[in-house]
Amino acid sequence: MPMNSNAASLTSGNLATSAASDSGAAPVARSTRITRRFEELRRTGQMGLVAFITAGDPTLAATESLVLALAEAGADVVELGVPFSDPVADGPAIQRSSERALRAGTTLAGVLGVVERVRQQSEVPLVLFSYYNPVLQMGLERFADRAATAGADGVLITDLTPEESADYRRIVTARGLDTIFLAAPTSPDERLARIAGCSSGFLYLISRTGVTGTKKSLPEDLPGLVRRVRRMTSLPIAVGFGISEPGHVSLLGGLADAAVVGSALVEEIARSTSVAAAQVAVAARVRALKQAGVQGMSRRESHP
Amino acid sequence: MSTPKATPEAAPTWPDVRGRFGAYGGRYVPETLVTPLEELEHAYAEAQADAGFHRELDFLLRTFAGRPTPLQFAERLTAHLGGPQIYLKREDLLHTGSHKINNCLGQGLLAARMGKRRVIAETGAGQHGVATATVAARFGLECVVYMGTADMERQRLNVYRMRLLGAEVVGVESGSRTLKDAINEAMRDWVTNVRTTHYLLGSVLGAHPYPQMVRDFHKVIGAEARAQILADSGRLPDLLVACVGGGSNAIGLFHAFLEDAGVKMLGVEAGGSGHKLGEHAARLAASTGFAGARPGVLQGTYTYVLQTDDGQISTTHSISAGLDYPAVGPEHALLAEQKRAEYTAVSDDAALDAAHTLARLEGIIPALESAHGLAEVIARAPKMRRDEIVILNLSGRGDKDMDILARLL
Repeated sequence: MPMNSNAASLTSGNLATSAASDSGAAPVARSTRITRRFEELRRTGQMGLVAFITAGDPTLAATESLVLALAEAGADVVELGVPFSDPVADGPAIQRSSERALRAGTTLAGVLGVVERVRQQSEVPLVLFSYYNPVLQMGLERFADRAATAGADGVLITDLTPEESADYRRIVTARGLDTIFLAAPTSPDERLARIAGCSSGFLYLISRTGVTGTKKSLPEDLPGLVRRVRRMTSLPIAVGFGISEPGHVSLLGGLADAAVVGSALVEEIARSTSVAAAQVAVAARVRALKQAGVQGMSRRESHP
Repeated sequence: MSTPKATPEAAPTWPDVRGRFGAYGGRYVPETLVTPLEELEHAYAEAQADAGFHRELDFLLRTFAGRPTPLQFAERLTAHLGGPQIYLKREDLLHTGSHKINNCLGQGLLAARMGKRRVIAETGAGQHGVATATVAARFGLECVVYMGTADMERQRLNVYRMRLLGAEVVGVESGSRTLKDAINEAMRDWVTNVRTTHYLLGSVLGAHPYPQMVRDFHKVIGAEARAQILADSGRLPDLLVACVGGGSNAIGLFHAFLEDAGVKMLGVEAGGSGHKLGEHAARLAASTGFAGARPGVLQGTYTYVLQTDDGQISTTHSISAGLDYPAVGPEHALLAEQKRAEYTAVSDDAALDAAHTLARLEGIIPALESAHGLAEVIARAPKMRRDEIVILNLSGRGDKDMDILARLL
């Protein structure tokens, strides 16, 4: 089957996984860009790096070039934050970044346009990271169709828990998109099991009680938390909130499958005086963190 | 098509076990808050089943807050309007100056039962903040109140009161610097300090169980009013009127009457300065021409929200800080859908005029929030019969609004 256009062949890939999931019993471990990337990381003994930026800060065109720079520098998954007027789970850095993106006129439809353009140029796994209301207002069916067609790989909704998500999971999963849910330090084991049961691709573990934002150190009880989650799921575990330094990533070596960096990148972008400078800055940060991740994971192999 | 509109058999059973009022309500929060909300739900259910909790709360409501509040026949206002018999439920006479103390005492006791030594709250007009600070002082709890800086300017007397009571008042600079932004910041504090802190949410908003719990603590308003009007006039009222920001005073008045099919209910929202999105805070009164309200998710609950086509929450405007909020309590969304209650909106100017009228005719300076309900009573009275009975919830007093009211003089 000749497929000359990248976009067309990617669409057909999503349709194929969607058909597979419709015929199989849930939950089915499907092959997506996200699962393939985590399998590759496991094979090569590396810890992954998930990079978050707010889409539309400072512009959607800038976001497109920044995502490509993140992928080029070694980010294994890129999370595109859909800006929202009331980001209750976010600290000051992402709040201000969201305000800038909204002032620049960013909409969910515009963010999906970035996904489409990035997908024509890169195979980096892309996760849409949003609060629920913008998705709800677009309509779950329309959102899932457009996200899948554009070439997104997964969706994470900050304020949507397994209990409220039955329709969302059915609709989003049917389009071949991974549904990633948050796990928290306050989640007891039975909730962790339910969260893992609703998640595909990876599980996003919040490192601390709190909002997003850079911190000097990680919580002391984090290793115990990651081990507790590990017992509940075979999904890859990505740890986020408060991670900005290579030392943080090293500490996760042998524990987590990936580290998530967000606010630190958003701050680099805010500090930069041009898009080109921002590309250089976020790429440098990603390379430093990714390097720590590679070393961290190999330590796990030598000390199982 | 003359089927009865009200479904009184269903109304008192809401919410269901998922925290739903029909399609509205629920629990839309980051995962970190789910287990604390479940713990709160269980602690609240235990307290509800505990006679000792009710005894202690009743005692505090009587001896500390000043319950029961009078149901006053507004003789001169009634004569002036030449319409229905108008009664005022005098929640403004409560300690701290509004109905908010009912809920704060209930949640304060609950926080103490749960072993939380720190309470946080949001406030718009400052009435909930003052009531929270008061209860925290009374119970010896640490207290932080989040308040938009725009509201701190227009309600500065309440800022002083909270500080005098020992609370820390944190100004919130984000967004429209009003109630919505204060709630965002309180939620961020709670998600950070959730193990030691109780979030004392001040209206029938937010994630389950707040809309239910806050309603339950205010049901005393309607329970008293129902007994009082029966004792005074020997019959039920024809119409209940209350202002609706989040909707706590309105739901508190309405609830005891939900099964009384002959009692109409009217919620009055802030019509602000115009009908365009951003000029008002009318969420359920959209049929009267106010733009921008659709069902959506804001701050933990699914309800009617003022928003753009893209799902961004709109700014709002009202002269009354307590009504200046883009979403409405989910139970009000259900009552509106069932047509059990009607919702309308009145303008800033009408509310100011109404406050002036009540001051001159009855010797009562109402809060600007309550003045919205009064303005609608004044507008409707000429079209009502003289033998009809209206109860207006006078939810707060206007001392806090003197800076704004003084502009009328």
